[in-house]
Amino acid sequence: MSFVEYLIRHGDDNLIVSHRLSEWVSRGPELEEDIALANLALDHLGQARALYGHAIEVEGLGRNEDELAMLRTEREYTNLLITEQPNRDFAQTMVRQMLFDAYQMSLWEGLSASTDSTLAGISAKALKESRYHFKHSSGWVIRLGDGTEESHRRSSEALIRMWRFVPEMFETDDTDRDMAQQGLGVEPSSFEAVWNERIATVLAAATLPKPVAVPGRTGGRTGFHTEHLGHILSELQWMQRAFPGARW
Amino acid sequence: MDAAGLSGREMVTETDVRDVLAQVVDPEIPILTIEDMGILRSIEVDGDAVSVDITPTYSGCPAMDLIKDQVRLALLAAGYSRVNVNLVYSPAWTTDWMSAAGKEKLASIGISPPDQSPVTCPQCASTTTRTISEFGSTACKALMVCGECGEPFSRFKAI
Repeated sequence: MSFVEYLIRHGDDNLIVSHRLSEWVSRGPELEEDIALANLALDHLGQARALYGHAIEVEGLGRNEDELAMLRTEREYTNLLITEQPNRDFAQTMVRQMLFDAYQMSLWEGLSASTDSTLAGISAKALKESRYHFKHSSGWVIRLGDGTEESHRRSSEALIRMWRFVPEMFETDDTDRDMAQQGLGVEPSSFEAVWNERIATVLAAATLPKPVAVPGRTGGRTGFHTEHLGHILSELQWMQRAFPGARW
Repeated sequence: MDAAGLSGREMVTETDVRDVLAQVVDPEIPILTIEDMGILRSIEVDGDAVSVDITPTYSGCPAMDLIKDQVRLALLAAGYSRVNVNLVYSPAWTTDWMSAAGKEKLASIGISPPDQSPVTCPQCASTTTRTISEFGSTACKALMVCGECGEPFSRFKAI
């Protein structure tokens, strides 16, 4: 298991969640929110590009960002399952983002101390961004949860639907352990408690009960995905598949 | 000046390069040069080779590629033939690196600069302002509104 794979998996999280957020563009509930969602998508796309770019440099095989994004199959993508879950409605999107933003805040905090100075720099920048992301998503979850009967119902149902993708975020595999031992990365299990605290505070303010623990879905890190990733990739990749090497 | 003209010079210094780069502006806030923004990190001159490090403001800043090209073009146009522009991520950019001149320029075009406290309406100077959205017209700006005159305006986010 290599550092390259480690960089790519975190790049994949960002690319896929970016794609999901970009699906909101022109459909946001209000103009300001439409712009915010596009900004968030752009931040994640930038983070993906930085991580892919670094992976390619470390790997030294002369691959490029577009090959990673446009020409890998579903089984080669190693993003967390939560990042590929559908937007459904605004409540589900915000709940998904809040759970993932809180994860990324801790991840970037840890990776800012990586012995790899480029990864540390990318993470220090991403950390500043993810604080804004979490402020945005948790703000909405509080407003929706503690809002109308309808918004409360939708956000609590979304929370229950998303909850089965939570355990996967904190699974620590051989790659994580390897990277942590070398000082390059962090073990996600090390920040589960911090995550739980952050989420508990938001849920309390949102009057949303914390869902009961359910058996988690897992597999993203080894390329086993929910049915949604294939659909994302078909949209993301069709142009390069239909017109290989097309540039503009 | 062509390349031959340049090589005829005594020696290229960092200051020469910096002077050339003073014309390169942020395409989204063209009143600011890249030096004002604090994204010009370092300049190295080795004979006729120039290497410039710039750093992105936000990971997803769509202007970064254009800025990189503009730096290269400005130096090529000034006669430097071996130009290398690197994107560096470490240390991460902060609005603390924005120059005092840059902050004044922002205020002069109605954008509240990053460390302004309290945030002041650029139209009527009222301090009764509130945030409409943390994500404004570009990644680096938030959208504000004045409670007195009702005018919306942008605030450069402090990060």
